[in-house]
Amino acid sequence: MTPELGHFALILSLWVALAQGVLPLVGAQRNQPQWIAIARPATTASFLLVAIAFACLTWSFYINDFSIAYVAAHSNTQLPTMYRISAVWGGHEGSLLLWVLMLAGWAQAVALFSRQLPDAMVARVLGVLGLVMFGLLAFVLLTSNPFERLLPAAEEGRSLNPLLQDPGLVYHPPMLYMGYVGMSVAFAFAIAALLAGQLDAAWARWSRPWTTVAWIFLTLGIALGSWWAYYELGWGGWWFWDPVENASFMPWLVATALIHSLAVTEKRGSFKNWTVLLAIAAFSLSLLGTFLVRSGVLTSVHAFATDPRRGIFILILLAIVVGSSLLLFALRAPKVSLGGRFSLLSRETLLLVNNVLLVVACGAVLLGTLYPLIIDALGLGKLSVGPPYFNAVFVPIMLPLLVLVAAGPIARWKQAELGDIVRRLWPAAVVALLAGIALPMLAGEWHGYVALALALAAWIIAAIVLQTIQRLKAGTGNPPPSWWGMQIAHFGLAAFVIGVAMVGSYEEERDVRMSPGETVTVGGHTFKFLGVEDVRGPNYTAARGSFELSKDGKMLRILHPEKRNYDSSAMPMTEAAIDAGLTRDVYVSLGEPLEGAAWAVRVYFKPFVDWIWGGCLLMSLGGLVAAADRRYRLKARTATKTVATGAMAA
Amino acid sequence: MRNSWTLSESNQLKPRHKRIALIGGGLVAIGVAAALVLNALNSNIAFFVTPTEVAEGKAPQDKTFRIGGMVKDGSLRRDNLTVHFAITDTAKEVPVIYTGILPDLFMEGKGAVAQGRIGPDGVFVASEVLAKHDENYMPPEAQHAVDQAQQTAKTIKQ
Repeated sequence: MTPELGHFALILSLWVALAQGVLPLVGAQRNQPQWIAIARPATTASFLLVAIAFACLTWSFYINDFSIAYVAAHSNTQLPTMYRISAVWGGHEGSLLLWVLMLAGWAQAVALFSRQLPDAMVARVLGVLGLVMFGLLAFVLLTSNPFERLLPAAEEGRSLNPLLQDPGLVYHPPMLYMGYVGMSVAFAFAIAALLAGQLDAAWARWSRPWTTVAWIFLTLGIALGSWWAYYELGWGGWWFWDPVENASFMPWLVATALIHSLAVTEKRGSFKNWTVLLAIAAFSLSLLGTFLVRSGVLTSVHAFATDPRRGIFILILLAIVVGSSLLLFALRAPKVSLGGRFSLLSRETLLLVNNVLLVVACGAVLLGTLYPLIIDALGLGKLSVGPPYFNAVFVPIMLPLLVLVAAGPIARWKQAELGDIVRRLWPAAVVALLAGIALPMLAGEWHGYVALALALAAWIIAAIVLQTIQRLKAGTGNPPPSWWGMQIAHFGLAAFVIGVAMVGSYEEERDVRMSPGETVTVGGHTFKFLGVEDVRGPNYTAARGSFELSKDGKMLRILHPEKRNYDSSAMPMTEAAIDAGLTRDVYVSLGEPLEGAAWAVRVYFKPFVDWIWGGCLLMSLGGLVAAADRRYRLKARTATKTVATGAMAA
Repeated sequence: MRNSWTLSESNQLKPRHKRIALIGGGLVAIGVAAALVLNALNSNIAFFVTPTEVAEGKAPQDKTFRIGGMVKDGSLRRDNLTVHFAITDTAKEVPVIYTGILPDLFMEGKGAVAQGRIGPDGVFVASEVLAKHDENYMPPEAQHAVDQAQQTAKTIKQ
C-alpha cells in the first residue's frame, strides 16, 4: 500500500503545483487578492504531498520492500540502516525525488519567512517556484517513477554501489541539492521582479539572504563531494575537473558573482539587468548540471541513468526555462533604470570586474565540459579534455580576482581614490611580498607558483586584518554582521588558496612494492608495513593492512587501510587510511597483492590539504553570518523607505 | 542634476568615455581569456582511438591519446609495480604497459580505457588507466570501440 500512497501523493502534488504556479501569478498580474491568497496554502499543500511521497519511499527502503523496482535495484537486507536510508537518493529516481522535495522545501521556507514582503511579490515568487516544480514533477512521474512495482517481487535486492556506502555520501547529495535547488529561489525572485516591473533595491534586498543561503549549501555540498573523492576514491586528489564536478562548480561560480552583484543592486541600484541575468544563469546552470549528471552523457560515478528519454526531457525543460525567462527579460529590460552612476575607480567597478572574471571562468569551465559532447555530436570523433586545460585556464583568470579581493571592500562606492586605497593597503603589500619570499623557503623549495599563491593569500589576510583595525578605530561602532560575514568568507578564500598551493607544490606521492617489515618514507614520515590480515565487516570481508607511522624515529600511530570485497557485489573497494593534521595529511592505501606477502602500496604526503575544505567551511560560515544580518528581516516598509532615500542620494 | 556633478568633478569621466573604457576593458579581458582558453584547449585534448585504428596506423604519433576496449583474457602480467596487458576491441589488440596501482575495477575481460602514448615498439605506454565506478558499468569509449569492431566484422562477412 505504501508505494501506492506515495505515488498517489506525487500525482496530487503535480496538480497542486500547477495550481500554485498558475493562479497566484494570474492573480498578481490582475490584482485579485483571493487568487494571490492561494499562493501560501498551495505551497504548503504541495510541500506536504511531496514530503509524504518521499517518506513513503524512505519507509519502503527501511522495510526492504523489494516489490518496488527502485528499492530492489539499490538496496538489500545486508545494508546497514543508515545506508538503506541514504540509498533513497543513491539512484536516479530517488535523487530526483529528493530534488523535488528540496524545491518544495525552499518554496515552503519562502512562504513561511516572507511575512514582511508584499503579498503580490510573494505570490509571484511562489508561483514561479510552483511552475518549476510542476516541470520537475512531470519529469519524475513520466520518466522516473520511483514507485514502479516489480512483479514478481525480488527475493533480495541488488546492492548500493559500495563506493556510495560511506557517510560522505549520506550528506553530500542533500547538501548539493539544497544549493542547486536554492538557486531556484534567486531565480524566482528575479522573474517575479521582472513580471512586476519592479526591479529595485528592495527586490535585491529580499533575494540576498536567500541567494546567500543557497550558496552556503552549494559550497558545503561541493566541499563534501571533494572530500569524499579524496578519501573514498583512494586517488588522493581533491579535485579532478571531472565533468560532474564541473556541473556543480559552474552554478557556484555564477552564484558567487550573483551574491556580489546583488550587493551593488541593493546598495546602489546599479547592475539590475546584469543581476537578473546572473540569477537566470545560476538556475539554468543548476538545471544543466542535473541534465549532464542524470542524462548519462557523461562517464562518471554519478551517471546512473542511460535512458535517453530522460536526457531529452530535462533538455526540453531547460530550454523552456531559459527561453521563457530570457524572453521576459528582453521584453522588460529596456524599461529598467540604470541606477546610480559610478566612476571608473569605485567599488562598483571592482565588483563588476569580480563578476566578469567569475563569469569568464565559468564560461571556460563550461567550454571544457561541453567540448567533448559537441565534438561527439558533430561526429568529429571522441575526445576528452584533461585537467591541465582547466588548470591552465582557470588559475590565470582567478589571479586578478585574488588581487582585487583585498581592495574591493576598502574602495568607496561611487568614487574611490587610488591614493586612499594605497595608503590603507600598503602594509598588506609589504606583508605579501615578505610572505612570497620567505614562506616557500620555510616550507621547502622556492617556486614562483607557490610564492605567488602564498603572497596573494597573505595579501588578502593582511588586508582583512588592516580593514578590521581601521574599521574598529574609526569609531563608527561595531560593523554589521554582513561586513563580518564578508571578511570571514574572504579569509576562507585565502585559506583555500594556501591549501591548494601547498598541496600542489609540496605533495609527495609514491607507489611502491612492500613486503612486511619494509619501510617507505614520504615528506619526512616513515611507514613500516606490518602485514595484512583478513577481517569481516557488516556486509563485506576485507584485507586489512597495518602500517606503523613514525616521524623522526618517533612512533605516531598504526594506520589500517583496507581492501574490501562486498558480499553483494564483485567489486573490490579501496579504503584509504589517513592521518589528518592541521599542517599535513599522510595517506596510505592498499593496491593489489603481489607475490608472497608483498603488496602494491600507495603512500601520500599532503601538506595543508585540510585547509582546502577548511577554507570552504569558513566561506560558508561567512555566508551564514552575512545572511543572519538583521536588516534583511526588517519590514518591507522600512526597506522601501531606505530605498527612496538611497535613490535621492544617488 | 546628475550631469552637473558628473562634470564638476574633474577625475570623473563622462558617461560616454566611461562606457568606452568599460567596453574596451571588457573586450580586452575576453580576448585574453579566449586566447588562453583556445591555446589550452588545443594542447590538452586527448583523442579517443580504437585498437583497430591503432593497427591501421591512425593513432597520433608523439601525442597523448586514449584507447579503449576490453582487457584481453590471459594478457595480464605483473612485474612488481609494472603491469602488462592488452586492450582489444575483439578485432585487433594493443599491448599496454603501465606502472603504478590499477583502479579497483580493472579486471581481465572487463572494459577499460587508458591514456598515454604509443612507443616506437608499438607498445602503448599508459600514464593513466581510467577507473570505473560500478562493476556493471562499461566505459562508453570502450563500448564504442567494441561496437565499431563488431560492426566492421559484420560488414566484412556480408
